[in-house]
Amino acid sequence: MLGKTAGGLLWMFRYMERCENLARLVETGQRIALTRPDRADSEWSSLLQTASSRDAYDMHHDEVTGEAVIDWLLRARDNPASVINCIAQARTNARLVRTAITREVWESVNEAWMVLGKELSGRVSMRDLQRVLGVIRQRSAFVRGALHGTMLRNDIYDFARLGTFIERADATARLLDVKYYVLLPSAAGVGSSLDNAQWEVILRAVSAEGAYRMVHGRVRVAPDIARFLMLDKRQPRSLSFCYDKIGANLEYLERDYGVRMPSHDMSETICQDLDHATIQSIIETGLHEFLQDFLRRNAALAAQIEHDYRFSQ
Amino acid sequence: MSETTPFDEMTNPDGTIRDAYKAFEAWFSSEDPAHLRAKAREAEAFFRLTGITFNVYGQAEAAERLIPFDIVPRIIAAREWAKLSRGIEQRVSALNAFLHDIHHRQEIVRSGRLPREMIARNDAYLSQMIGVDPPGGIYTHIVGIDLVRTGPDQFYVLEDNARTPSGVSYMLENRETMLHMFPEIFAKNRVQRVSRYPERLHASLAACAPMACTGDPVVAVLTPGIHNSAYYEHSFLADQMGVELVEGHDLRVVNGRVAMRTTQGYKAIDVLYRRVDDDFLDPMNFRTDSYLGVPGIFDVYRAGGITIANAPGTGVADDKAIYSYMPEIVEFYTGEKPLLENVPTWRCSDADSLAYVLDNLAELVVKEVHGSGGYGMLIGPAASKKELREFRRKLESRPGNYIAQPTLSLSTAPIFTRSGLSPRHLDLRPFVLVSPNGIDITPGGLTRVALKKGSLVVNSSQGGGTKDTWVLEDD
Repeated sequence: MLGKTAGGLLWMFRYMERCENLARLVETGQRIALTRPDRADSEWSSLLQTASSRDAYDMHHDEVTGEAVIDWLLRARDNPASVINCIAQARTNARLVRTAITREVWESVNEAWMVLGKELSGRVSMRDLQRVLGVIRQRSAFVRGALHGTMLRNDIYDFARLGTFIERADATARLLDVKYYVLLPSAAGVGSSLDNAQWEVILRAVSAEGAYRMVHGRVRVAPDIARFLMLDKRQPRSLSFCYDKIGANLEYLERDYGVRMPSHDMSETICQDLDHATIQSIIETGLHEFLQDFLRRNAALAAQIEHDYRFSQ
Repeated sequence: MSETTPFDEMTNPDGTIRDAYKAFEAWFSSEDPAHLRAKAREAEAFFRLTGITFNVYGQAEAAERLIPFDIVPRIIAAREWAKLSRGIEQRVSALNAFLHDIHHRQEIVRSGRLPREMIARNDAYLSQMIGVDPPGGIYTHIVGIDLVRTGPDQFYVLEDNARTPSGVSYMLENRETMLHMFPEIFAKNRVQRVSRYPERLHASLAACAPMACTGDPVVAVLTPGIHNSAYYEHSFLADQMGVELVEGHDLRVVNGRVAMRTTQGYKAIDVLYRRVDDDFLDPMNFRTDSYLGVPGIFDVYRAGGITIANAPGTGVADDKAIYSYMPEIVEFYTGEKPLLENVPTWRCSDADSLAYVLDNLAELVVKEVHGSGGYGMLIGPAASKKELREFRRKLESRPGNYIAQPTLSLSTAPIFTRSGLSPRHLDLRPFVLVSPNGIDITPGGLTRVALKKGSLVVNSSQGGGTKDTWVLEDD
C-alpha cells in the first residue's frame, strides 16, 4: 500500500469520528441550555474549548451565544473543525484512497457528504436541531457499518481503525480535561458532590449514560464516572479501550509486515501506563496534568505512525 | 449546413425501424413514459452516489459536475462493427508504425509523403525520443478513435486520440447503470460485453513490461491528482485493475528504477499508465516547473527501467495537421488503402487552401491544429456574422494554426425527452488497446451526444451527454 494511502485512510476516519463527536457535543450543550438556562453561556464556552476552536470563534464573534456556537460547530466555513468541513475532508480523503476502499464505503461517505451538505446549507433552526444531529450520527454509523461489513481485514483496515481510535482518545481526553479544568483548577476538590451535574454532562456527551447505569447503578460519584470514562475497557470511548484497539491494530500491522516499528513500542507504553493507573493515583498527580500528558503522548504517537509508515516524503 | 435530414440510426426515412433497434423499440413502446422518467432520475442519483463527476477547469474546486446520461442506448449492428473494427485496427497499427519511423529513420519524410517541417516544427514532437525503443515496440498502448457517421455505411474518423484518451470509465459505468436499471432489455438483446476492459488493459500493459522487470509486472496509474477533471476515471481504472494510483510525489528514482513510496518502503514500478501530459512528466527532461511528474523518470525510461504508456511524444500523431496526412500514413505503412475515411481537410498553411477556406467560411468547421475539447473552434453554419469576422482575422494572422473541414451532416439517434424520443447528433469513441500480443478493440465505446436540438457539439465541457453504446452479438 502507498504511504499516502495509509495517511488518507487514517485521516478519513479521524474526520468521520470528529463529525460524530461534534454532533454529541452540540447535543450535550443543547440539553444543558434547555435544562439549566442559568449556566448555558458558560457551558457553551466550555464546549467551544473542548472542540478546540475557542480562539477561532472569538475572532469571528463578539459574544458566546448558543445559537452562534451551534452554527459555528456545525456549519461555519471559517471553522476548520466544523461538521461541514470535517465531512468534506473525510470525503476528500476517501476520494484520495478510493482504490483502497470498497464501493460501499466510498458511497456511504459520499452520500454522507451530500446529505449533510443539504442539511447544513442554511442555519439549523432549534426545532430541527435534534433531527439534524441525528442525521450526522446516523451517517457516521453508516460509514462505520460499511467498513465493518465490506472491508478486507488487512493493513487498509488497520489504518482506518488507527485513525478512529486516535481521534476518539483525543476527543474523550479533551472533553474530560475541559470539564475538569473549568470546574476544578486544583485537585483538592475532586469528589465533592457539587460537580456531579458536570459529570453527567460528560456521560451524555459520550453516549455512556445507560452504560454507566448498567455498571454502577444509579449512584453517580465523580471518581467512578472519571474512571469509567478513562479506564474501563468495556466502555468504547474510554482511553483504555481506544489504546487496546490501537495496540491491536499496530500488532496486526507488525504481523502483516514482519517489522515492529517504534510507534508500536510507544503505544505499548501508553497502554501499560493506562493499565497500571488507578483513579486515585490519577487524582493524586492531578487529573488535568494526567490528561494533558495523555493528549501530548497521543499526538506524538500519531506523528510516529505517520513517520513509520511513510505517509509523506 | 446541409438542409437534408441527417441519417438517423434508429428510424428510416419511411418511418420503419432499422434492424438493430427493433427489439429495443418494441420494449420502449411497451414501457410507461412516467416509469422511464423515474428511471432517468434514478440514473442521475446513481451517478452522483458513485461520484462519476468531472471538474470543470476555471471553476470553484467544489464544482463537480455530472455528465448527463441518456437512457436510450446507441445500438450498432454486429456487421457494422466488424467493418469498423477492421478499419480501426489498420489505422492504429499505422499510427504505431508512423511513431516508430519518425523517431528513427523517418522513411516517410525521405519518401516525400510527409513534409519534414510537419515533424521538425511540431511542438508535440520530442527530440528526446529519437532512437528510443519503447518496450515491445509499442507507442500507443491506449488509443481512442473519434468517429462520426453520415450514412448507413459512411463513417469518418474525426480525430485520433493517441496521448491519453479519456472517457472509458463512462463506457463501463454507463453499461453498469443500464444493467442495473433495465436488466430485462439485456435479456431481449444480445449485447457484447465491455466489462472485461480493465482486465484486458492490465494484461495489455503487463505485456509491455520493460527489460528490468523480473517476475510479475507491477503496474500503476499516474494521475495529476484529485483536482484533475478526469480524476474519477484515473481512480476507477486503478481500482478496477487492482493497481496503485500514484501521484508524482509518491514516486522517486531509486537504484535506476522508478519506485513508489509504500508503507513498507520503496517498491519498483514496471509499467506506468500515465494520465499526465508529456510536458509535466519529468521536470529534469521536460518542463522544469512541473511538480506532477517524477524527476529523472525519462532517463530510467531510456535505460529500459520502466514502460511509460503511452510513450512520450505520441501527441505528434493526434495533431490535427498530421491528421490531414493520415490517408497517406495508413497507405505508406500498411501498403493498403485506408478502410476508414478521413474528413476532407484543408490545411490553412497552404495558400490555395486558405483562400478556399476564407471564401467558404460560413459552410466550414475550422479547428485549431493543437486544440481539443471543442474549444477554439468555429462552426461556420452556426456562427454569427461577428464571429465569422473575428475568425477570419485569426485565420489571416496565423493560418498555420488552423485546419478546416466541411460541416458533416452527423448522424442522429434518439434521446429520451419529456415529449418522448427525439433525434440528436452524436459521435463515437471506441477504445483500442495495443500490445505485442496484438490490437484489442472493446466492442462499444463512448457515445457522446449533443443534448441541444440541432447542435453538433457533443463535448461534455459544452453541454454534451453520453449514452450506453451497444454492439450486438449478431445481426
